[in-house]
Amino acid sequence: MSVIPAELKYSKTHEWVKEEDGLFVIGLTDYAQSELGDIVFINLPEEGDEVSVGEAFSDVESVKAVSDVYSPVSGVVAEINEELQDNPALVNEDPYGAWLIKVRDVTEQEELLDAAGYEKVVAEEEA
Amino acid sequence: MEKKTPLYDIHVEEGGKIVPFAGYLLPVQYKTGVIKEHMAVRQQAGLFDVSHMGEILFTGPGALKTLNHLISNDYTNMPLYKVRYGILCNAHGGTIDDLVVCKLGEERYLAVVNAANREKDFAHMKANLLEDTVCEDISDDIAQVALQGPKAPEILAKLVPQDRIPAKYYTLVPEAEIDGMKCMISRTGYTGELGYEIYTAKENAVHLWKVLREAGRDEGLIPAGLGARDTLRLEAGMPLYGHELDEDISPLESGLGFAVKLGKEEFIGRDALIEAGEPKRVRVGLEVTGRGIVREHQDLYVNDRKVGVTTSGTHCPYLGKPVAMALVERAYASEGTELQADVRGRRVEVKTIPLPFYKRA
Repeated sequence: MSVIPAELKYSKTHEWVKEEDGLFVIGLTDYAQSELGDIVFINLPEEGDEVSVGEAFSDVESVKAVSDVYSPVSGVVAEINEELQDNPALVNEDPYGAWLIKVRDVTEQEELLDAAGYEKVVAEEEA
Repeated sequence: MEKKTPLYDIHVEEGGKIVPFAGYLLPVQYKTGVIKEHMAVRQQAGLFDVSHMGEILFTGPGALKTLNHLISNDYTNMPLYKVRYGILCNAHGGTIDDLVVCKLGEERYLAVVNAANREKDFAHMKANLLEDTVCEDISDDIAQVALQGPKAPEILAKLVPQDRIPAKYYTLVPEAEIDGMKCMISRTGYTGELGYEIYTAKENAVHLWKVLREAGRDEGLIPAGLGARDTLRLEAGMPLYGHELDEDISPLESGLGFAVKLGKEEFIGRDALIEAGEPKRVRVGLEVTGRGIVREHQDLYVNDRKVGVTTSGTHCPYLGKPVAMALVERAYASEGTELQADVRGRRVEVKTIPLPFYKRA
C-alpha cells in the first residue's frame, strides 16, 4: 500500500502539491516512485522557467524507464531541489520530503484531488 | 495471452512485479529493486528464472552437419559437454537469433534460443534441416534457473559434489543431482559474472528454486528479475536480440566476429557476409559525459550529421553511471570520439569507450 498523506493535494498523474508561503511545492507521490523503481536521474527546469497546467516540466529516469512529470499549476519556477541532481534516489526514499520544484506567481491550477480522491485513482490503477 | 513459467507462483510469493515479456509473465524486479538485485549479482549472488528461454534438441547422424549449416560458428571439433555461442543468420547475413549450443553427445546437441524468437527459430531450423537430423522443440518441458555471482560456486557446492559442478567457463555437466532432482548444470550466464545455468524438468522447478534459495541464504543470494538481467548484460557489453542484433543487423556489425567462421565451407548467410565486406557501421560502447540517461533508439550526431543510433542504454548500477551501446558509422567508432545523442529533443554529450564496460576481476 502506498502512503498518501492527508494534508496534501494530488493530481491524477501522480504529483503531489502543497501550498507553502505563497509558493506551490510539487513532488512525486509514493505510488509514482514505487511504479518507477530506482530513480537515477531527474531533469529539472531552471529557476525563472514558466510551467503550465498539464505540461511536462521534468522527466524522471529510473533504471527501467523514463517518465514525464506534469505541472498541476501554471506559474514561474521559484526554486528547484538542487539536492536531487546528485541524489535522485531521495525521491524513492522520501517522496513527500524530496520535492522537485516550487512555483511562484501561480495564475492557474488544475482541479486537484484530496487524499481520499487520489487513493481511488491509485486503487484503480493497481486493479 | 501470456504463458506462465513453472515458477510464476514463486515470483508472486517473493514479491515480484510481474510484467509480460516475450510471451511470458515474468518478474521485472522483486521488492528489493533493480539496483540492489544488480549489485547482489556483482558482489554475492542472484537467482533468475530463465525458464522462458527456448530449448531445441538436434539429434541424429546429420545433427552436426545441420548445425554447421544453420549457425555461424564451427561446431566440428567441439569437445563433448562444451557450450559454444553462435548466430543463426538469414540469407542476407542479418540475424535471426543468437544462441548457444551444448554438445551432449556425438549425435546430440541442445540449442538454447531467445524466448521471443523460439517459434521463428524452430520454423527456420525445420525448413533447413539436412538429412538424418531430428529437431525437436522441448522448451515446454524444461525449466531453467540462473545462479549468478561470485558466491555461486559456494552455494552450489552445498548441494552438489565438486565433480558434478562444471569447473570451466562454457562447459557443462549433463547429469547432476540437486536434492534428488536430475539437472544439467552449465557454467554460463548473461551477467558477466561467474555463475551457472541449471536445467531441469519443469515439475522440479519450484523445489529447485527453494533449495537454491535456502542454500544461498547465508551468502546473500536474492532473487533477481528481468530488469537486473538487462542492466547486468549491458554492463558486461553483451548483445540482446532486438537491440544489438536483429534481422537487419549482421553479427559482424555487432562485433561478434569471434563467433562467425567465414572460413567454414558454408552456412546460411555466409556468402552475403563475405560480399558485404568490412561492415560500414559497428557496435560501440558509449559513456554519457553530459547530463541524463541515453536509452535505445536515440539518434547520434556529429554536429548536424546523423552518424548512428543507440541500441541499448540506461544507468548501470555497478559502474554508477549511465552507458549505452550503439551502431555508428565506422569513421566515428574509434575510442574517445565525441558524439551527441538526441534524447527527446535534447542533445546529450556522449563519448565512445571500449566494450565491455565491466569485466570481472
